[in-house]
Amino acid sequence: MDGQLAHILQLAMNGAAIGSIYALVALGLVMTYKATEVLNFAHGDLLMASAFIGWGLITVAGMPFWAAILLTVAITAAVGYLLDAYVLRIIVGQPQFAGVMLTIALAYMIRGGVSMAFGPTSRTYPTPWDGQTTRIESIVITDLNLVIVAAALIVTALLFAFLKGTAIGTAVQAASQNHLAAYLCGIKVKTLNSLVWAIAGGIAAVCGLLLAPIALVDIGLWFVVLKALAALVLGGFGSMPGAIIGGLTIGIIEQFAGVYLPDGFKDVMAYLVLIAVLVIWPRGLLAEAHGRRV
Amino acid sequence: MRFHYDTSYLDQTRLLRYPRDKLVYASLLLVLAIVPFILPRYYVGEITYLFIMSIASLGLMVLTGFTGQVSLGHSAFIAIGAYAHTWLMTLGVPFAVSALGACSLAALIGLCIGLPAIRVSGLYLAMVTLAFSIVVEHVLGRWSSVTGGHSGVSVPSPMVFGLNMGGLVPFYFLCLAVLTLTILMLHNLLADRTGRAFIGIRDSEAAAAGLGIWTAGYKVLAFIVSAFVTGLAGVLLAHKLQYLTPEGFGLILSMELVLMVVIGGLGSLRGAIFGAVLIGLLPTAISKLKPILPSAVSGQFGLETFLFGAILALFVLFEPGGINARWMKFKALLQTFPLYRKDTFRRGRSYMRSERYR
Repeated sequence: MDGQLAHILQLAMNGAAIGSIYALVALGLVMTYKATEVLNFAHGDLLMASAFIGWGLITVAGMPFWAAILLTVAITAAVGYLLDAYVLRIIVGQPQFAGVMLTIALAYMIRGGVSMAFGPTSRTYPTPWDGQTTRIESIVITDLNLVIVAAALIVTALLFAFLKGTAIGTAVQAASQNHLAAYLCGIKVKTLNSLVWAIAGGIAAVCGLLLAPIALVDIGLWFVVLKALAALVLGGFGSMPGAIIGGLTIGIIEQFAGVYLPDGFKDVMAYLVLIAVLVIWPRGLLAEAHGRRV
Repeated sequence: MRFHYDTSYLDQTRLLRYPRDKLVYASLLLVLAIVPFILPRYYVGEITYLFIMSIASLGLMVLTGFTGQVSLGHSAFIAIGAYAHTWLMTLGVPFAVSALGACSLAALIGLCIGLPAIRVSGLYLAMVTLAFSIVVEHVLGRWSSVTGGHSGVSVPSPMVFGLNMGGLVPFYFLCLAVLTLTILMLHNLLADRTGRAFIGIRDSEAAAAGLGIWTAGYKVLAFIVSAFVTGLAGVLLAHKLQYLTPEGFGLILSMELVLMVVIGGLGSLRGAIFGAVLIGLLPTAISKLKPILPSAVSGQFGLETFLFGAILALFVLFEPGGINARWMKFKALLQTFPLYRKDTFRRGRSYMRSERYR
């Protein structure tokens, strides 16, 4: 394999790893958006908070790695459930803007709460994959990146199996398409919406725990939600496969922009893509089949 | 609540409708005119800052409160105003020309950001503006030949028609004058045909278009006006800060502006000023409160962020009309005293309404 091709594959692999995280974050956003029509700006902060919880459980409480991860996911899912059931339920029926404002407010509260509880310093926790790499021909991949891609695949597969294969999953889809019709069919719309928030919270926790070993456990982790918005828009807002494809594409575009474009483009590439897609091609890659208002 | 009883079309456009208004606003101006000579210097500086934030908040209010276009990236226009003004001033351009130039540049960029608003609205527009402000912040950090990059750039003192307005009290009056002019200008704009078109677009774009309002044009116009006014706030803020770094114009400032508009009460100029005063005073109030609070709470980093969030959440949940609505209710209580009923302002039962396929 010649050097140039190996280099490109290497970049694509790194991009796919970070892109998997964007895709998972975007997936959480799109789920809550479809269920309750609230674009959850607090998603990134849930992710950040769960990274801190994971750090606390692993290094302070000394729990085994896997147990800590499961507990963190459970805690964040519970927070997601309670947020929808007791906070966001109050503003049902108000314009979308109210949901944006409320989730931004929640984001601030979580961010403030976490920095009050943990202080401004960054930290890190040990993972079973620290410093290990795998070689495939001439491409070197850190095991962490492999784990990220694998985790993203597993979460996505589980989610699709849940949505397509189980009765509750079908009910969730029905509820997110039409609340009233679902309610008249005997579906418990309120509980299911909260359940969707819980699932999204769990996914956020997985993302936080995967992202923390790369980017440190830090307040700034919430920023990933902005990249996920770009992924969401690129993929077609409100489409779950679109969110995944968009996330991967944004991750790969960022990696290549870092190498082939002038210095500084890597940081803003996701936002430039977001603006360009919305201005030129608002439907995105995989738009929903029916017309939608942008 | 006093409902306006109009007997002619001109009633709506009058600046001071009731004799009491004249008294109230005249005394307010009088108080603001004596304040800098009475209060300690620190507070004069704080009030000047509140004036500047009020101008920025008014700028966003035109867009979000009146036209219903959400912008989560308005700090970009403040930054453009501030940096363009500083750059022109260092080139030796006189203050007034430079300020106008900077505002016009902000308005021009507002036009460019407003054009997508014809096609995208709601959440999508919020995302476009958010992304735009992040891009602007990065550009300011990188374009060091003009902006000084991350190390920053210092701002020359304002010479208005040969007078140095850089002192604390002169600058206070400069900001007060600009704020008053802005309010008058926006009041005139919004009380007239343009303002009614804006409100029509906010309440129902389809209905507005059906009534023959050129919705695309008015949406872009709202962006231009908003960017111009916000750029003006940037010009003044540059002199207030005296040293500009890109970090000062980040997402936090955008969010503060949105907070001001929402907490103040969407759809009223008065609300924009209430919101700016409350949010502008909050950091000072928190630092004053800290000695009273137990050290376990006050010593914490992040208390301010948490309180910002908590206040916004409480307003969105329990008083969506903001301080302005609360103020109207209080006035109604006073005016109709023994007859006031709590249910007058009770919100009806609400159901989920989809904005997806509208």
